[in-house]
Amino acid sequence: MRRRLVTVAVLAGALVLPLGASAATPAQVERGNHLYGRYCLSCHGAKGSGTPNTAPSLRGAGALAADFYLRTGYMPLHEVGTQPRRTRLLFDEGELQALTAYVASLGQGPPIPKPRPSRGNLAEGMHAFTDHCAGCHQIVAEGGYVTGALPPALENATDVQIAEAVRIGPYVMPTFSKQQISDRTLDSIIAYVDYVKHPDDRGGWALGHLGPVPEGLVTWLIAAALAVVFCVVIGKRLRRT
Amino acid sequence: MRERLRTAAVVLGLLVLRRRRPEPLLPAEQEPIVPEGSKQPRAELLALGLLLFAVVCFAAFVAVYALDRLPRQTQLLGLALGLGLLSLAAALIVTAKRLVVTEELEDDYPAFEHPEEQETIVRTAEESGSRLTRRRLFALGLGAAGGTLGLALLAPLASLGPVIDMNPFYRVPWRRGRRLIDEDGRPYRASEIDEGTFYTAFPEGADKEELGSPLVVVRLRQSELDLPPENAGYAARGIVAFSKICTHAGCAIALYRTPLYPPAEPKPALVCPCHYSTFDPATGGTVIFGPAGRKLPMLPLTIDRRGYLRAAGTFDGPVGPSWWGVRNRGAKA
Repeated sequence: MRRRLVTVAVLAGALVLPLGASAATPAQVERGNHLYGRYCLSCHGAKGSGTPNTAPSLRGAGALAADFYLRTGYMPLHEVGTQPRRTRLLFDEGELQALTAYVASLGQGPPIPKPRPSRGNLAEGMHAFTDHCAGCHQIVAEGGYVTGALPPALENATDVQIAEAVRIGPYVMPTFSKQQISDRTLDSIIAYVDYVKHPDDRGGWALGHLGPVPEGLVTWLIAAALAVVFCVVIGKRLRRT
Repeated sequence: MRERLRTAAVVLGLLVLRRRRPEPLLPAEQEPIVPEGSKQPRAELLALGLLLFAVVCFAAFVAVYALDRLPRQTQLLGLALGLGLLSLAAALIVTAKRLVVTEELEDDYPAFEHPEEQETIVRTAEESGSRLTRRRLFALGLGAAGGTLGLALLAPLASLGPVIDMNPFYRVPWRRGRRLIDEDGRPYRASEIDEGTFYTAFPEGADKEELGSPLVVVRLRQSELDLPPENAGYAARGIVAFSKICTHAGCAIALYRTPLYPPAEPKPALVCPCHYSTFDPATGGTVIFGPAGRKLPMLPLTIDRRGYLRAAGTFDGPVGPSWWGVRNRGAKA
């Protein structure tokens, strides 16, 4: 919310026009084109046509995909063929918007979604997350493994990024259509992911939310050490007097 | 009234706090068995202090329990009870080591006490059997009774799984013409199955809980499909279906790895989250990684005139984790 406000303020200041965050101006697209030529063109080709076996075409990717890949720092990719990872952002807010506007102008594509997790239902979200997401991302979104890739933890994912990732299916993640996960269910899923970022740990020490195995290990290590100390103290032989 | 209460409090205090020797239970003329130990006032004080602390802790537990709505109540309850138990244990240790008079005594092992009686017992046992004329048969009877008792105790092990009749393992609800339905019972249309995602399907009109019921359904590009000859024709317009039960340990195949940009990313694969057995849907469910020993059973699909997905037969192999003889036969509808 705050970021959106800042965006609006920056835009209004720069263009002296009361523009919303989603409206792209020709000047923005032009600036995006310039940035594209500098950072993206070597792989994605002229006007987002793509390069065979290196990078996909961006025509029809839309503002949704551009916003996701740029704001997570997934793009520009360090090395072609590797899994994109969350990295330091290369662009400032104005540049991000310009690039997104340019990619959106390349072809008809989905716009940036506007999820509203406050409308979602936490319990429903947990149910849907268990069904669709937890297999890879772990039940409290700590991240996990799949052969050949590392599903990331979702602690730094924003609401919009989660909504985007579900529709894109970045890297080897499946794509979920609106038939499989409706926007309403998506709101619930996002509400659940937001909740598990700071869960209510009734038990005290969460141990990374990894479940009963580390909990049992810690208990046994501490309990076993204490038991040994007690045995030694109790069983010490009396000195003969 | 107040006067009387004060007197009672003073008397009680004196009774509790004064030092005195206990009345001996027996007349004191005899030689003591336990030598009198030196007084240990500090250890006594320590033990009493620990006991008092334990009392405070246990009382605190009750207090915290009663004062509901405290922040971190669970942790405080645990802390109070834990500290109380620890200090009670410490008090008992101090008491045992410092306050109770102890000494070490060594005793030699005694010699055999009754050698004659022992011999008598052996002879009695031997001679008591004089009435038996068929000793060997009798021993056999005893042995048989004991053996069958053991057998009776082991027999319930059979409940762990079939040993002789493996047929139930081969039975699956899928047969020619059965429609594929989703979790809510809605039949799947072929047009609903998108690329790059996966669906769970069940047989229409059969028990969803059966091991052979759940399917994982994905759509692949025709160019990606590379089915072996025995699975030729199993795919329906690029849609392929496999048993959702991993052939390693029977977990549900809940992970579908599907590249957004196939040329630069790992190829599509069905992955079991338990031990990361990885199956290639394009080649008929062959194992490409992990501990699974058999390919994922594949179900032939067909699309009916109204566009619904139907089974065109049954699985090409037995469903679920392996057992002895699993490779001898195929699945049975």
